[in-house]
Amino acid sequence: MTAVTVAAPSARPVPARRLSPAAGLRHTGTLAWRSLVQIKHNPMELLDLSIQPVMFVLLFTYVFGGAISGSPGEYLTFALPGIIVQNAFFATMTTGFGLNQDLTKGVFDRLRSLPVARWSPLAGRIVADTVKQAWSLSLLLGVGMILGFRLGNGLLGLLAAFALLLVFSLAAAWMSVLVGVLVSEPDKVQIFGFTVIFPLSFTSNAFVPTETMPSWLQHWVEVNPVTILANALRGLLVGGPVAGPVLQSLLWAVVIAAVFAPLAVRGLRRRL
Amino acid sequence: MTFAIRAEGLVRRFGATTALAGVDLEVPTGTVFGLLGPNGAGKTTAVRVLATLLTADAGHATVGGYDVRRDAHQVRQLIGLTGQYASVDENLTGTENLLLIGRLLGLSRRDARDRAAELLAGFQLTDAAGRAAKTYSGGMRRRLDLAASLVGRPQVLFLDEPTTGLDPRSRNDLWDIVRGLVAEGVTVLLTTQYLEEADQLADEIAVVDHGRVIAQGTPEELKAKTGGQVLTVRPVEATDLATVLAVVGEVTGVDPEVTQTTVSAPVNGPGALPAVVRRLDDAEVQVAELALRGSSLDEVFLSLTGHRAEDTADTADLADTADALEGSPA
Repeated sequence: MTAVTVAAPSARPVPARRLSPAAGLRHTGTLAWRSLVQIKHNPMELLDLSIQPVMFVLLFTYVFGGAISGSPGEYLTFALPGIIVQNAFFATMTTGFGLNQDLTKGVFDRLRSLPVARWSPLAGRIVADTVKQAWSLSLLLGVGMILGFRLGNGLLGLLAAFALLLVFSLAAAWMSVLVGVLVSEPDKVQIFGFTVIFPLSFTSNAFVPTETMPSWLQHWVEVNPVTILANALRGLLVGGPVAGPVLQSLLWAVVIAAVFAPLAVRGLRRRL
Repeated sequence: MTFAIRAEGLVRRFGATTALAGVDLEVPTGTVFGLLGPNGAGKTTAVRVLATLLTADAGHATVGGYDVRRDAHQVRQLIGLTGQYASVDENLTGTENLLLIGRLLGLSRRDARDRAAELLAGFQLTDAAGRAAKTYSGGMRRRLDLAASLVGRPQVLFLDEPTTGLDPRSRNDLWDIVRGLVAEGVTVLLTTQYLEEADQLADEIAVVDHGRVIAQGTPEELKAKTGGQVLTVRPVEATDLATVLAVVGEVTGVDPEVTQTTVSAPVNGPGALPAVVRRLDDAEVQVAELALRGSSLDEVFLSLTGHRAEDTADTADLADTADALEGSPA
């Protein structure tokens, strides 16, 4: 093999003492770019982000619509906000999955050996995952509207729904980060997603009205954050009560972040 | 002499295990320093402490004159890290991986792109530059790994087992690259379980076992330190192997190594060879081959640690082999 030309320049700058916050933001941006570019080489991820949500909308609307609401069109109005919430919960798992992959494959160590802001690898990932959330949400709403979903509160309601969902996803991402630092391999993050998020999203009013369930289950369904967030999105996108569910959703987001963010950060420190 | 790396009394525990039990190192600028030891000896922990990924429980270390703990940010601007646990992103292409590092190091988009292209060409990865790293062969991936650690033109390069799992040709390629870097003034700290690798590359070697440096010196010094000679005996009849093993073991005072029908052990002092000859003669063992030669680092390691470098469990294996041999001849 020929010699590699990597000669160190003779005039070498004195190492900087510390990073500016602006540099930290730039690192975060670069690392977010990295997470998004990965999709190009991992088409499965695009499948998860796109086809799965669309499939859910189509299947639920046309298979369950008639049975639950009398017609697919009416059911879509009820269920689309619920499907959006369920999808958002599942999508938060990509944060933990990707983080675990970086930890187990050594990418995280490489990043930490560079003079970058300590928080930027995690922040970059979360920023990228928020972009992915926004993509899925747009896709779900787009497909929903093609199938006949109508916005009751115009653009303002739509933007507010977007903002609420992203804020909630950011909080829920900490749960995912915690799982990502605790499990030994990426696939276990997905197993967690399936065994916890699946029942969590189904024991809510995301797909089926609460009144049709046994009374013992209704108690849980009413406090389930999936129910509360779905109600808030219904209020913002379709119409009906807004203030109550939105406030409760934000409260849940604060509680989830307050509990899981410190645990996740501690878990990450211990793992390194 | 200036030292690119200095460590004093590094201690690091993980729960009940002590990975580093007080390690001192001094690596002169512009040299290759080899940390040699078996799996679990503490090599990787030492590298992680020096590369600011892990803080030591006790002791301190400087890289390029900066304290790895207090001035970690400065240290990170001077070092490159490649190894078992610091890797490229498999879901990015070769170019994207190097672009990512370049951009994180503050290069402009154009400079990062130029640097990536330059390194990919230098490591003969230009043809694969647009492919995801997960499609690379083991040797290509290591080259990309090394390229990634060179984007910032480091003064000090940490190579943690850079050739583990590589075929001999890729290993030789990598060695050539390391030699080229050293010629350009880079200081290299290399960990390896391969004695040959340390022998080939390192100016100075520290032998690490159970979190301690148990010997240090140039490869030649180390070889000389342990008596420098190895006795090999091959009996004519394989059935005499157990007797030979016992005799050589008693005379040299170490567990001899057996390869097929040859018994070998490091010897200290001039008395060993005649003693072995006498005792084999008494036992009426006919010998096909009897030789005394300069020891390789392999044997140095064996005599220092009492076990082979490749596997800590081998001492037990050797004992088992001896038992089996003792039982087998009828």
